[in-house]
Amino acid sequence: MDTEALQKEFDEKIEKDIKIEPKDWMPAEYRKTLIRQISQHAHSEIVGMLPEANWITRAPTLNRKLILIAKVQDEAGHGLYLYCAAETLNITREEMQEQLLSGKAKYSSIFNYPTLTWADMGAIGWLVDGAAIINQIPLCRTSFAPYSRGMIRICKEESFHQRQGYQILLTLAQGSKEQKAMAQDAINRWWWPSVMMFGPRDADSPHTKQSMAWKIKRFSNDELRQKFIDMCAQQVEVLGLKIPDPDLKWNEERKHYDFGEIDWDEFWSVVKGYGPCNEERMSARIAAHENGKWVRDAAMAYAAKQDAKSKSSTDKTSTKISKNE
Amino acid sequence: MNEQPLWEVFIRNKQGLDHKHVGSLHAADARTALESARDVYTRRMEGISIWVVESRYIHASSPEDSGSFFDPANDKVYRHPTFYKLPDEVQYM
Repeated sequence: MDTEALQKEFDEKIEKDIKIEPKDWMPAEYRKTLIRQISQHAHSEIVGMLPEANWITRAPTLNRKLILIAKVQDEAGHGLYLYCAAETLNITREEMQEQLLSGKAKYSSIFNYPTLTWADMGAIGWLVDGAAIINQIPLCRTSFAPYSRGMIRICKEESFHQRQGYQILLTLAQGSKEQKAMAQDAINRWWWPSVMMFGPRDADSPHTKQSMAWKIKRFSNDELRQKFIDMCAQQVEVLGLKIPDPDLKWNEERKHYDFGEIDWDEFWSVVKGYGPCNEERMSARIAAHENGKWVRDAAMAYAAKQDAKSKSSTDKTSTKISKNE
Repeated sequence: MNEQPLWEVFIRNKQGLDHKHVGSLHAADARTALESARDVYTRRMEGISIWVVESRYIHASSPEDSGSFFDPANDKVYRHPTFYKLPDEVQYM
């Protein structure tokens, strides 16, 4: 088939909401866009472990510590689901790793802010994971099948993250005056960066239009941002706390909350690498990669040795399928 | 770089059901692949049995040929029960 016919077939699938599988023909730009988006998403999950890992050893109770470890472990899992989805598009894990560590690939700017108090674990769960969920639910229906399958898995796990964060804030908000102030301070610092997680305004987002035509994205940045703000404006009242935006108010005509102007200079500056923790996050990732090298090498050396030795004997932990069934 | 091979992961989530493909992962050998599959894909008791297969051993039909490849099944409507019209009087068949 010539390219024109293939393109037509592809367009028809998109039109009819038939998912694209990795071995199907796809336009080069579609592939490129997906590689960029999915790998950025994977990097965000991996770098996203760092701000929270900061509090594992200092969680206030054993129960909170167990929950936080489980949550950070989920983020690692989410990163792995996404890397695998990206790999089906013919990019290797090593290439993606290299792009992250060399600074060529981006990850979500939200993780370039520091986690200063325990209440930040609450604000991250409620706001950051809340924003992520709003972004991710429509991605369950994204047109590229492996991405969609990964997102379905991720969304199932993500809602515990948001709830545990909200519960941390709720507990603090019902505690002493100091605890309540700590919760408010965390919301004050995390609110605007969370609102920025939806990316630039639609007018300034060069990829949005094409991504929506390909049904990679189902809603624009501004639509999703509005949804998030509407959701939080209600939930913050239950906490008895405030969202740090004097312009936030219900607009009866629009049936949405109006909100204040985002500091776009801050947004672009963090994207470009000048956020409070960009360097710290990258050096932590690079150190983890380099310090883990001997483990990866040892695993490969061991595997090669076992392989050479065991052409005759079977591996003890894995039963051969043919015997099993 | 010393690249770890890719493995496809299949999970049986309940006794009596098929193993189903859930995704893939990198691991040095079958044992670490199984352990990683457990940590990555069954953190919430999604599985009672895991298979891992090195991806390079999987042979797949190709989407370009799927038309002719699946053609033999295309024109055999008589393989489906709905092809046969029965008198209304016949019950439970």
